[in-house]
Amino acid sequence: MSDVTVNEVPVVAKVVKEETPFRRFVSEFFASKIATGGLIVFGIIALLAILAPWITPQNPYDLAQLDIMDGRLEPGSVGGSGMTHWLGTDDQGRDMLSGIIYGLRISLTVGVGSAFIASLVGASLGLLAAYGGGRTDSVIMRLVDLQLSFPTILAALMILAFLGKGIGNVVIALVIVEWAYYARTVRGSALVERRREYIEAAQCLALPTRRILFRHLLPNCLPPLIVVGTIQVARAIALEATLSFLGLGVPITEPSLGLLIANGYEYMLSGKYWISFYPGIALLVTIVSINLMGDHLRDVLNPRLKK
Amino acid sequence: MTVYLLRRLLQALLVMLAMSVIVFVGVYAIGDPVEILISPDADQIERERAIKALGLDLPLWQQYLTFLTRAVQGDLGRSFVFNEPALQLILQKMPATLELAVGATFMAVLIGLPLGLYAGLKPDSVGSKAIMAGSILGFSLPTFWVGLMLIMVFAVQLGWLPSTGRGETAEFLGLRWSFLTRDGLAHLILPAINLSLFKISLVVRLTRSGVRETMLMDYVKFARAKGLSPARVTYVHVFKNILIPVVTVVGLELGSTIAFSVVTESVFAWPGMGKLIIDSINVLDRPVIVAYLMIIVLMFIIINLAVDLLYSTLDPRVRLEGKS
Repeated sequence: MSDVTVNEVPVVAKVVKEETPFRRFVSEFFASKIATGGLIVFGIIALLAILAPWITPQNPYDLAQLDIMDGRLEPGSVGGSGMTHWLGTDDQGRDMLSGIIYGLRISLTVGVGSAFIASLVGASLGLLAAYGGGRTDSVIMRLVDLQLSFPTILAALMILAFLGKGIGNVVIALVIVEWAYYARTVRGSALVERRREYIEAAQCLALPTRRILFRHLLPNCLPPLIVVGTIQVARAIALEATLSFLGLGVPITEPSLGLLIANGYEYMLSGKYWISFYPGIALLVTIVSINLMGDHLRDVLNPRLKK
Repeated sequence: MTVYLLRRLLQALLVMLAMSVIVFVGVYAIGDPVEILISPDADQIERERAIKALGLDLPLWQQYLTFLTRAVQGDLGRSFVFNEPALQLILQKMPATLELAVGATFMAVLIGLPLGLYAGLKPDSVGSKAIMAGSILGFSLPTFWVGLMLIMVFAVQLGWLPSTGRGETAEFLGLRWSFLTRDGLAHLILPAINLSLFKISLVVRLTRSGVRETMLMDYVKFARAKGLSPARVTYVHVFKNILIPVVTVVGLELGSTIAFSVVTESVFAWPGMGKLIIDSINVLDRPVIVAYLMIIVLMFIIINLAVDLLYSTLDPRVRLEGKS
């Protein structure tokens, strides 16, 4: 008996190292330095946004901490309270660094939140279309066509014009303009997958449709969904910033990066660049880091490039 | 072909109808235009007269029917603010927007196609990596922020180019165009660059991935095995096949470029349709909003149809009759 246990040890070690699709995916993802860098940068940004109240030098919403005399200070100058404003201040005397970190918080919440809800809605409808077929399929896909034939920016603009400003409304608008991308993607891969034997097997076992859809079909449609989801988070953040810049997005009391940039617009012509410049850089770094990950994910998960 | 065209036109009509309902009901839900249009000092009788004159006292479905009958006759209502036909108002602004969008598309193809081809043919070279990194930047840069930065650098700091407006215009075909005068062209440069950045990246990436996928195809291997020159393989065999997605997307993008010019026009105070719609949303000028959306929807339907038809010319495998 003891002999067997000794023999088993290397066998166990071998099992741990065996390649599962997930491990292969992880190792392929980290093989790219650029994508890994993107992940690290995004991780830092997310951490900054989450920890905002504890790490910013100033609470930008607390009017008691603001001094209008500190308005439009250049980056690196020292304000009336003895605080150094590394990225300058805006017209209200608000520390730009603090404002940006809080702005990141709102931009990320809206971007990730809307992409998540849109992926739930879109993936469910896409699965339903592929699995249901027939009339269900054509109704859902006509809706997708209708949605995609209309430019996202205009659709979002209209929805916000109807609903009014507000973070919740921005999320609703983004979900409405984004779900179709997920639905189309999931339907495409689900149509292929549903003809596979394992679905047939699941059907023969008389599993409930919901279980087949979400436990059998969905996991196998995940790769393209992950790619689309990553890119859509970046798009959602950019779109929210654009809408806020146009004055139709978040309200002035909860400024996202886009609104911060809009605030600096009028001072730009007089050479006070920092009010718009730094929030833009923060926005750019966020979006680039997500896109770098998404870009590499697409190559890793694209079977057509694996010949 | 005729059957296909007829079916598509019928579909288009249905989409137009559906969109008109959505837009009309949606716009109806926006605030009360009376509050904005009538001075607060106006008495009750005056208010009611104004409401009646604008047709706002009728029930919603009746307003919609009136709108629809008039729309079919080419009358999309009068702007509350300018008291001019909404359609005419938008069409007046259209050349400015078209000029901007076409300029941007032109730049995108001219710059994006060669860069993408290079990046696809030599995917591991330093140049290609730089191009791809640049394209990710082009995708990631928010249009409005790039616009601001362009103004800051080229208009404020360097003072080379004007930052706002269309500049001098010259008449051609009865419309006024900026690109025909030196001053107008100078005004056009910054907005066109701004609007084309995203499209350049798109064309680069489409071309690159198209080239990479096409290079693996058997017919390319065969062409090479046959001893054709690399130039011929690239420009005839590969290039033709990657043109399909590129043409589709550039065509479809013309519509979204026009839509996206909303942002560029706001940044550069370019007096086109996009700026008009933002202004109209801010003052709740319902007829203009509705008319603008209907024109955009119509434009998109036409673009989609044109691209589909072009598709079949470029790729004989696409049979129009087969699929709806």
